[in-house]
Amino acid sequence: MSDSDIEVLRRRFRRFAFPMTAAFLAWYLLYVLLSAYARDLMGVRVFGNVNVALLLGIGQFASTFGIAAWYAAYARRRLDPLADRLRTAADHRTAGAADTGPAGATSGAGASDSAGEATR
Amino acid sequence: MTIALFLAFVALTLGITVWASRQTRSAADFYAGGRSFSPLQNGVAIGGDYMSAASFLGIAGLIALNGYDGFLYSIGFLVAWLVALLLVAELMRNSGRYTMADVLAARLRERPVRTAAGVSTVVVSTFYLVAQMVGAASVVSLLLGVTGDAAKVWVIAGVGALMIFYVTVGGMKGTTWVQIVKAVLLMAGAALMTVLVLARYHFNVSELLGVAAAQSGKGLAFLEPGLKYGATDAWSKLDLISLGLALVLGTAGLPHILIRFYTVPSARAARRSVIWAIGIIGAFYLMTLVLGFGAAALVGGAAIKKSDPSGNTAATLLAETLGGGAGSTGGSLMLAFIAAVAFATILAVVAGLTLAASSSVAHDLYANVVRRGRSDERQEMRVARLAAVAIGGLSIGLSAFARDLNVAFLVALAFAIAASANLPVILFTLFWRRFTTRGAVWGIVGGLVAAIGVVLLSPICWGGASATKPAVTLTAKQAATCGVDAAAKSVGNPTALFSCTTVAPVPLENPGLVSIPAGFALAAVGALTGRRRRDADDDAAFTALEHRALTGVGAH
Repeated sequence: MSDSDIEVLRRRFRRFAFPMTAAFLAWYLLYVLLSAYARDLMGVRVFGNVNVALLLGIGQFASTFGIAAWYAAYARRRLDPLADRLRTAADHRTAGAADTGPAGATSGAGASDSAGEATR
Repeated sequence: MTIALFLAFVALTLGITVWASRQTRSAADFYAGGRSFSPLQNGVAIGGDYMSAASFLGIAGLIALNGYDGFLYSIGFLVAWLVALLLVAELMRNSGRYTMADVLAARLRERPVRTAAGVSTVVVSTFYLVAQMVGAASVVSLLLGVTGDAAKVWVIAGVGALMIFYVTVGGMKGTTWVQIVKAVLLMAGAALMTVLVLARYHFNVSELLGVAAAQSGKGLAFLEPGLKYGATDAWSKLDLISLGLALVLGTAGLPHILIRFYTVPSARAARRSVIWAIGIIGAFYLMTLVLGFGAAALVGGAAIKKSDPSGNTAATLLAETLGGGAGSTGGSLMLAFIAAVAFATILAVVAGLTLAASSSVAHDLYANVVRRGRSDERQEMRVARLAAVAIGGLSIGLSAFARDLNVAFLVALAFAIAASANLPVILFTLFWRRFTTRGAVWGIVGGLVAAIGVVLLSPICWGGASATKPAVTLTAKQAATCGVDAAAKSVGNPTALFSCTTVAPVPLENPGLVSIPAGFALAAVGALTGRRRRDADDDAAFTALEHRALTGVGAH
């Protein structure tokens, strides 16, 4: 039931956020290191007066926009429905704690299972 | 003309502030704008909070004078937002209430962590505030054509008085609207200039770059990294990496940025506002690239340096040239418009900083440490307003005293402290089950001390010439300040704080390379070595925080 939902939510969040952070930091550090130590390479002209340094810099902009959009789509699809369900379940628990406590929890779990199928 | 436009902006923002004050009743209104802003509004306001005068005038100037190296700053400032987006914004929105320290206090012992986080919030914000106000003073006096120290002090006092008014009267709501108005003006001004510059070169970027490189007198090296950073020895290359680290990791630890996530109703809205902000800020930095190279091509390095040696007036000179040149009607109109935008920029940023610092003083230090949570909302808000006046006054005093300091260094230092003292503790609190109160205090205090300590041993403070900092040609005034002969070859940094001739013990100007790992390491060691056993309560507190951070259950 909801305990496993939170596990799934945590796993999905971390599985995206942690490797992605490592990846963009590594890509940024690579760029800074190239700027410091590989200046000949950075100065190679690709077309007109546009050189590798400028293209890599613009590439950092492009990757930032791309990762932001990717995360937004991922969160909307994989994280938000789970978080909503957990929040609704918690509201039910506080609202009907006295009389319908166990029953409410059971039906909540049933609903979350079927919704879980739908998002998969 | 400039003054008229500036006064129009001030009148508009004062009107907004008074209007906002009528809507500000509860503490949530004052600290977090009632959490009622839409993602787009907050995204624009984040842009307004973040794109400081240092970005607009400073980066355009750096690019105009040093070419590609100025661009390195923009990239670090932008990529940093991914840290905020992926790791901090949503979880922070769900688990905190008004300040950065709220998140730490949600699972750690309240008084020690609030004290440490409150102190570091005030320190970071004050450094940033002084940087903005010193920058304001030099830019304003250049733009208005007033010179002399007395005029600078007056400008600082005027900017300070306005920002205190915005914050004490308008709270977060007033400050946010000031930032929104400023961001719209800034984007409009930058976009107009970008189009005008590109039109001169048939919308061909390569042509613009070619002219800029030729005009710079440095040839193709102008388009490559290395003119400013890492130009001398191995240390100066490490310094470049150190700067890059502080820029990319600092943003997600800046208190005035973090509290912006509380102004929206939900974590999802916080995410969407950061995505808007990334779009706006990214577009803005791409435009400063065009403006910087445009200034190099159309105004020329020599003319820019003559107006201001550090390049801060490049954007305004470019505006004048684009409008038709000095003396023409179009030229003075453009100049007036861009100068007014620059004023607006400075005012909005200092207001955001003052709000962050005073919120933390009132909510963390006063309400929860001094009064141990026994104060009511009205007392807390009164203290916040008093704190805004006190912090505003303090920074007016510090800025008047520090008006000749290098602005870029103060901004970079604020980023380095935020990355060293705040970010490690925020991340460990949110993600590491075994983290403890002791680790948080060690991390914040250690990161703070390491960052400031490295600076105290750096060429910022000790300016003697060395392989890293080669001797510079001194002006008569600099030689007199340093107490050396004008022909002396012993001075590497004539604006050093303690001595111009003693060689710095640590050759790094940017402390990040040392202090950021130190902040992470001390936080981790503090957490792992505590004598007190972690118990079931600590475990439950982390589980509860994680649940709330991920789902928003129980969020304010």
